Amino acid sequence: MILVGAVGVIVRKHPVHAALSLVLTLFGVAVLFVAQEAHFLAAVQVIVYAGAIVVLFLFVIMLLGVDRVENLRTEPLSGQRPLAVLASLGLVAVLITAILRGNQIFNERGTGLNLPDSQNGPDANTVQLAESIFSQYVVAFEVTSVLLVIAVVGTVLLTRRTRAATE
Amino acid sequence: MTAFSLEPTTSWYLVLSAILFGIGTLGVLVRRNPLVMFMCIELMLNAVNLSFVALARELNDINGQTIVFFVMVVAAAEVVVGLGIIVSIMRSRSTLTADDLAGLKG
Amino acid sequence: MLNLLWLIPLSPLVGALLNMAAGRKLGDPRSGWLATSATLISFLATVMVYFELLGRQAEKRSHVATLFSWLPVGSLQVDFALLADPLSITMSLFVTGISTLIHLYAIGYMHGDAKFSKFFVYLNLFVFSMLMLVLGENLLVTFLGWEGVGACSYFLISFWHTRNSAAVAGKKAFVTNRIGDFGVMTAMFLAFSSVGSLSYGAINEAAHSGELAAVSATAIALLLFVGACGKSAQLPLYLWLPDAMEGPTPVSALIHAATMVTSGVFLLTRINPVLHASYAWVPTTVAVVGAATALFAATIAVSQNDIKKVLAYSTVSQLGFMFLAIGSGAYVAAIFHMVTHAFFKALLFLGSGSVIHGMHHEQDMRKMGALRKVMPITGFTFIIGWLAIAGVPPFAGFWSKDEILLYVFAKSPVLYVVGIFTALLTAYYMTRQVIMVFYGKARWSDHGAEHGAHGDFTPHESPRVMLMPLLVLSVLSVVGGAMQLPFSKELHFLEHWLAPVVEESEAYIGKSWAYQNKYLLLMLAIVVATTGIVLAVAVYAKGKFKVVEPKVLEQAWHYDTAVARVVAGPGAASFNLIAWIDTNIVDGIVNGVGQVVRGAAGSLRKTQSGFVRVYALLISIGAVAILGWLLLRGVVL
Repeated sequence: MILVGAVGVIVRKHPVHAALSLVLTLFGVAVLFVAQEAHFLAAVQVIVYAGAIVVLFLFVIMLLGVDRVENLRTEPLSGQRPLAVLASLGLVAVLITAILRGNQIFNERGTGLNLPDSQNGPDANTVQLAESIFSQYVVAFEVTSVLLVIAVVGTVLLTRRTRAATE
Repeated sequence: MTAFSLEPTTSWYLVLSAILFGIGTLGVLVRRNPLVMFMCIELMLNAVNLSFVALARELNDINGQTIVFFVMVVAAAEVVVGLGIIVSIMRSRSTLTADDLAGLKG
Repeated sequence: MLNLLWLIPLSPLVGALLNMAAGRKLGDPRSGWLATSATLISFLATVMVYFELLGRQAEKRSHVATLFSWLPVGSLQVDFALLADPLSITMSLFVTGISTLIHLYAIGYMHGDAKFSKFFVYLNLFVFSMLMLVLGENLLVTFLGWEGVGACSYFLISFWHTRNSAAVAGKKAFVTNRIGDFGVMTAMFLAFSSVGSLSYGAINEAAHSGELAAVSATAIALLLFVGACGKSAQLPLYLWLPDAMEGPTPVSALIHAATMVTSGVFLLTRINPVLHASYAWVPTTVAVVGAATALFAATIAVSQNDIKKVLAYSTVSQLGFMFLAIGSGAYVAAIFHMVTHAFFKALLFLGSGSVIHGMHHEQDMRKMGALRKVMPITGFTFIIGWLAIAGVPPFAGFWSKDEILLYVFAKSPVLYVVGIFTALLTAYYMTRQVIMVFYGKARWSDHGAEHGAHGDFTPHESPRVMLMPLLVLSVLSVVGGAMQLPFSKELHFLEHWLAPVVEESEAYIGKSWAYQNKYLLLMLAIVVATTGIVLAVAVYAKGKFKVVEPKVLEQAWHYDTAVARVVAGPGAASFNLIAWIDTNIVDGIVNGVGQVVRGAAGSLRKTQSGFVRVYALLISIGAVAILGWLLLRGVVL
C-alpha cells in the first residue's frame, strides 16, 4: 500500500491527486509504526503529517490555483529523466547493499522498549517516550519550540503583502 | 547476509524504507510542479522515519523514537516555511514550474 | 691599522653620496675638492694598511675583514668581505694614488662645465667600485665592483650625452662589457658547483691541492678570460675602447688607462692557481690572444690622427702585453707592467688633455705642432711619458717591458718576435705623436679661425692644478722601475712582495737560455726601441722617407665595420628571432595558460544552468557515487 501510494505521488499529473496519494502512503507508514511498537508516533504521524501537513498542501493548491495539470510527457531538460532514474536506482541499490551487509552488527544497545502489556500498562510507550524527551532531550525540546515560533513568524513575514503591492 | 524469509524482519522494513526513499528522490528529480516536489521530499522524510522506528525496535532503544518525534516537528516547521516561500513566489505567476526559477544561471 | 681596510672603499662612496646630495650647491670647484679629498683619504688608508702588512711575515700577509654574511642560502655562503693581501693592496695603492691625482687634474679640466659636480659623483663612484673589485674577498664582491665600474664607465663615456657619438660610444662600451660579464657570471656558477664556494681562498686552495679537476679549472679560467677580454679590451672585444675616447680626458686617463682596463689582468692574476691547474693550452691561448691584440692595436696606432685615439690603441696594445705576460707565467712582470703603464699612460693622457685644453678642444694632431714652445711643462712631462712607453732606459717602461719579454722568450721564441716587433711599433708611433704635436711647424695658426678665436689664436699652458699631477706622474715614470730591477735577486722587491700570492704559478725560467742571456735580450730591447725612435724621426721630422700611413690601418683593419655588419645582419636577425620567441612562445605559454583556464571555466559555466532539478540530480549522483565507493572500501554504513 505504501509503495502504491508513493508511486502515485510521483506519477499523478494533478497535484491534488498526488496529495491524496501521499495521504495513502502516510497512513501505511502509520500502520507500520504500530507494528513496530511505536504507538505514540503512529498517532502523531496521522494527526500531524496526514492531518495538518497534507491539509496545508491542499490549502495552498487551492489558494494559488496551481491545479493546472502538469505535462508529464515532455521533459525540457534533456537527459534528466534517464539520469534521474539511474541515480535513484543507484541510491536504492547502494542502500540495500548496505542494509544487507550490515545485518550482523546489530546488537542490543538501549535499555529496552517498554511494551504495553499487562506489566507496564497501556500507555507504556508514550510514557517511556515522554520520559526520554523531557529528561534527556529537554534542551532539544525547548529549542524545537523556539524553532516553531521562528518558522511561523518568518513565514508570516515572507508572505506579507506591503501596501504598495496590493494596489 | 541473512536468508530471505517471508517474515517481516527488520531488514524488510529497512529495504522498504530504502525503496521509498528512492521513489521520493526520483519524484524530486522528475516533477516540475514545486508543490509536488515538496510532497516527494515529505516522502523521503517518511522513509527515514520508518527506518528509525524499525531500528529502535530492533535495538531496543527508545532514542530512535525520540529522534522521529523531533524529525516530525522539524518537518512540520519546514513545510510551513517552504510553502510560505512558494506562495510568495507564485503569487504573481500561477503557471510556475521549477524550471522557470532559473535565476541562479551562471 | 687593518680596521682601516673598510675606509678604503667607504671614503669615495661617501664622497659620491655627499656630492650627489649637495654637489650643485657646493659648485665648481668645491665639489671637486671634496671628491679629491675623499680619494686622498682612501690613499692614505691604503698606505697605512700597506705598512701594516709589510711589517708582517711573508706568509701572514693576508687579512680578511668581513662586514656581514651576504648570501647565506643553503650550501652557498657568501660574505661581504674584503681581502687585504699583497696583490690587492698593490692594486689599491696605485688605483687610489692615481685617482687622487686625476681628481685633482679634473678640477682644472672640467672647470666651467655645466655638470661639474655630477662628474665628480661619477668619478668617486667609479673609484668605489674599482676598490670593491680589487679588495673583494670573493668572486661576488669583485663582480659587484666589476659591474659598478662598467656602469660608471658608461656614465662617464657618455657624460656629454647631448653629443650623439658620445651616447653611442657609451652604449657600445656597456654592451661589449656585458658579453664579458656573461663569462664572469658563468665562471662563478661553475666555481660554486665545483668548489662549493665563491671565495678566492677556497677556490685557490682547491686548485692548489688538486681538488679542482683540470676540466673545471679550464672552464673557469677560460670564462674569466672572456670577461677579462671584455673589460680589458682584448681581441675580439676591444672595439669599445677607442670609441670610449668620447668621454672627457680625465675619464680616459683614469678608467681607460690606469684602472678599469687592468681589472682583467688583476682577475687572472688573482686566480692564478686555477690557471695553473688547467690544461696547458689555456695559458698559451691567453698569451697568443694577448700578443695578437698587442700587434693588431700597434699597427692601427701608426696611422691615427686623433691624439687620444693613438693613446687608446696604445693602451689596447700594452694590455695585450700584460696578457702575454700572464700567459707566459710571468705574473709579477704583468703586475709590474700594469703599475708602470698606469703611471706613464695616465701621464700621457693627462698630457694630451692639457694639450686639448690649451688648443681649445682641438684633438686632431695634424692641426698641432711646435707646442713645446707655448706649453713647456706639458711638453716636458709628455716627453718623459713618451720615453717611458717607448722602452728607453732608465725610465720605468723599459724595465717592465723587458721583464715580460724575458719570460715570453722562455715560453716561445715566436711570441717573442711578435712582442719585440710590437715594441718597435710602439716606439715608432709614440715618437710620431710627439713630433706631430710638440715639434715641427706650428700648424695651429692656419686653423685658428675654426676655434672662434678673436684675433691671434695662441694655445696656452694649462693651470697649475692640472700641471701638478703631470709632474708627480712624470717623477713616478722615471723612478718606477726601481720596483723590480733585473740585476740581482735582492732588487726584486715586487717579486718578494707578491710571492705569497703568485708563488706557485710563476714560471720558473732560471735554467732557460733566455735567463742565461738576459743581458743580451736587454741590449736587444734597447736597440729595438732606439730603432723605432730613429725611424719615426727620419720619417716625420726629417722627411727622409715617405710617410707610410695605409688607409686600412686608419680604418682599424675595417674591424669595426665588419662587426657592425655582422651585428646588423645575422646578428639582428638572431636577436629578432629571440625576441619573437620570447613574445610568442614564452609569453605565449603564460598567456596560453590563462586562455586554457578561461576556456575551461567557460565550459564549466554551462553546468550552472540555473535549474534546481539539475542541481538536485547532480547531488544525488554524487551521493550515490560516494556511498558506493565507501561500500566498496568495506566500510559498512
